[in-house]
Amino acid sequence: MSESQPEHPEGITPDVVRHLAGLARIALTEDEVGKLTGELGIILASIEKVSEVATDDVPGTSHPIPLKNVYRPDVPGPTLTTEEALAGAPDSDGSRFRVTAILGEEQ
Amino acid sequence: MSDLITQSAASLAAALAAGSVSSVEVTQAHLDRIAAVDGDVHAFLHINEAALDAAAAVDAQRAAGEQLGELAGVPIAIKDVLCTLGMPSTAGSRILEGWIPPYDATVVARLRAAGLPLLGKTNMDEFAMGSSTEFSAYGATHNPWDLDRIPGGSGGGSSAAVSAFEAPIALGSDTGGSIRQPAAVTGSVGMKPTYGGVSRYGAIALASSLDQVGPVSRTVLDAALVHDVIGGHDPRDSTSLTDQWPSFAAAARAGAAAESLKGLRVGVVKELDAPGFQAGVSQRFHETLRILEAAGAEIVEVSAPSFDYAVAAYYLILPAEASSNLAKFDSVRFGLRVNPPGGGTVEDVMAATREAGFGPEVKRRVILGTYALSAGYYDAYYGSAQKVRTLIQRDFASAFAQADVLVSPAAPTTAFKLGEKIEDPLAMYLNDVTTIPANLAGIPGMSIPMGLAPEDGLPVGIQLMAPAHEDARLYTLGATLERLLEEKWGGPLLSQAPALV
Repeated sequence: MSESQPEHPEGITPDVVRHLAGLARIALTEDEVGKLTGELGIILASIEKVSEVATDDVPGTSHPIPLKNVYRPDVPGPTLTTEEALAGAPDSDGSRFRVTAILGEEQ
Repeated sequence: MSDLITQSAASLAAALAAGSVSSVEVTQAHLDRIAAVDGDVHAFLHINEAALDAAAAVDAQRAAGEQLGELAGVPIAIKDVLCTLGMPSTAGSRILEGWIPPYDATVVARLRAAGLPLLGKTNMDEFAMGSSTEFSAYGATHNPWDLDRIPGGSGGGSSAAVSAFEAPIALGSDTGGSIRQPAAVTGSVGMKPTYGGVSRYGAIALASSLDQVGPVSRTVLDAALVHDVIGGHDPRDSTSLTDQWPSFAAAARAGAAAESLKGLRVGVVKELDAPGFQAGVSQRFHETLRILEAAGAEIVEVSAPSFDYAVAAYYLILPAEASSNLAKFDSVRFGLRVNPPGGGTVEDVMAATREAGFGPEVKRRVILGTYALSAGYYDAYYGSAQKVRTLIQRDFASAFAQADVLVSPAAPTTAFKLGEKIEDPLAMYLNDVTTIPANLAGIPGMSIPMGLAPEDGLPVGIQLMAPAHEDARLYTLGATLERLLEEKWGGPLLSQAPALV
């Protein structure tokens, strides 16, 4: 990972929330950072009790009803047309999604 | 109030088949009802005038003598989490405002193919995150029993639509109770099928290991009829089960006709019969147990100690999966784009878009999920939550060794006041304490009305749970219990709801 790991021995701080917001690509306002700092601390305090019963001998469950090797026949099916795929896009040139610059000036 | 809107889907279907009413008449009656009451209820985000064209088409097919499914011509409302051609699909979020998908969800396509006119899209908490619809970007839905109260959530639009007689049936989705809790607080019926029993293709994903689409209705038989149309394998959903399902309508009809519950072992989950629940909820629950017992069921107490950790595990797993699923809202392929002042890179545009397009609960959960998945915390949080999930599955397995079905109140309280819990995320999360275990284990759960709480006169629901793949058992038991309760009440509970106009 290119992002540095958050260090927060004292729990959820405004800096931790700013860091997480950066990872999640949400440009939070400072008001939101302040509010979330308090709320996340309270929520985490109430949910970290999962570690009390999560002992080493218990395997994890990722999927409630596991299925294995789900394949479909390797035959071409219907796909969206370019027009359909672009119909809901905020911006396009008629054949591709149009976005702003990928790299900033300092990159 | 038109007679047509108070009838069940099954009785409308019978009238349509007999030719005593047309689908256009039935559909128009519901559109008229929506026009009359939805200003107050706000169950719908979009009303589909083209429903009348679909109704006319099915009337023409019937006139031409074509073979039609039982529900052909009966209109239905669709939760806005499901993709629909020709209708906006927003999942209650500003980030998808006005977005019209280029394809139908499989369940929607199956409804159309079966000849059900689609009345419109129903309101919900944004991306199904909430228990009250107050987190909808388009304003809350109001409970038809008391317009100052919540209709449950996230699928409060669908539950309000059926309980306000704006639609006989609807679709919902249930990640932690979003079909069952709204049913409980509106006096309607909601069914969360076995995980994988109903296709999720075209359902805007919240938490992929928990989400399940299911029916919302006023009667158990109507839910079963909808389930028969939407259920079954879909190769477009890699989590879709390949089971050959029995007719759920047949199961419900058998249950309604049965004379006795003799010998059925009904397990009461001790941890979900909690002293903290509202007094009227507990009272009606225990009265209902006596009814089951009097009809021949054997009541056994079962214990599921890991359930005490279910809400905690859920609020790690759900945000973790949601933070990943919602990464697709990147301002490139669909939905909103907000350019920050002075421009910026695509990443800046993405962050500005998500800041403007997501509401407070979505931001809270995405940030929480990002934290739970971050390096150094993954094992302690997400990993531990997955282990709790195993423990909950084991608790269910041992409970189902002692009982054929499990029961609990479907929600710990009646409908609370709009605004009461919106500033207290933890209090809001605890609404789901009764419904979350079924999602974590993937088993089916149903909520049906069990009366009105004496202290506030508001509906309470009982939750029925069965082992995975045994959805039919819930329709049979649910239909029997519904009949016993309606005999006691002298009619459906919803006949006691306010008229609204």
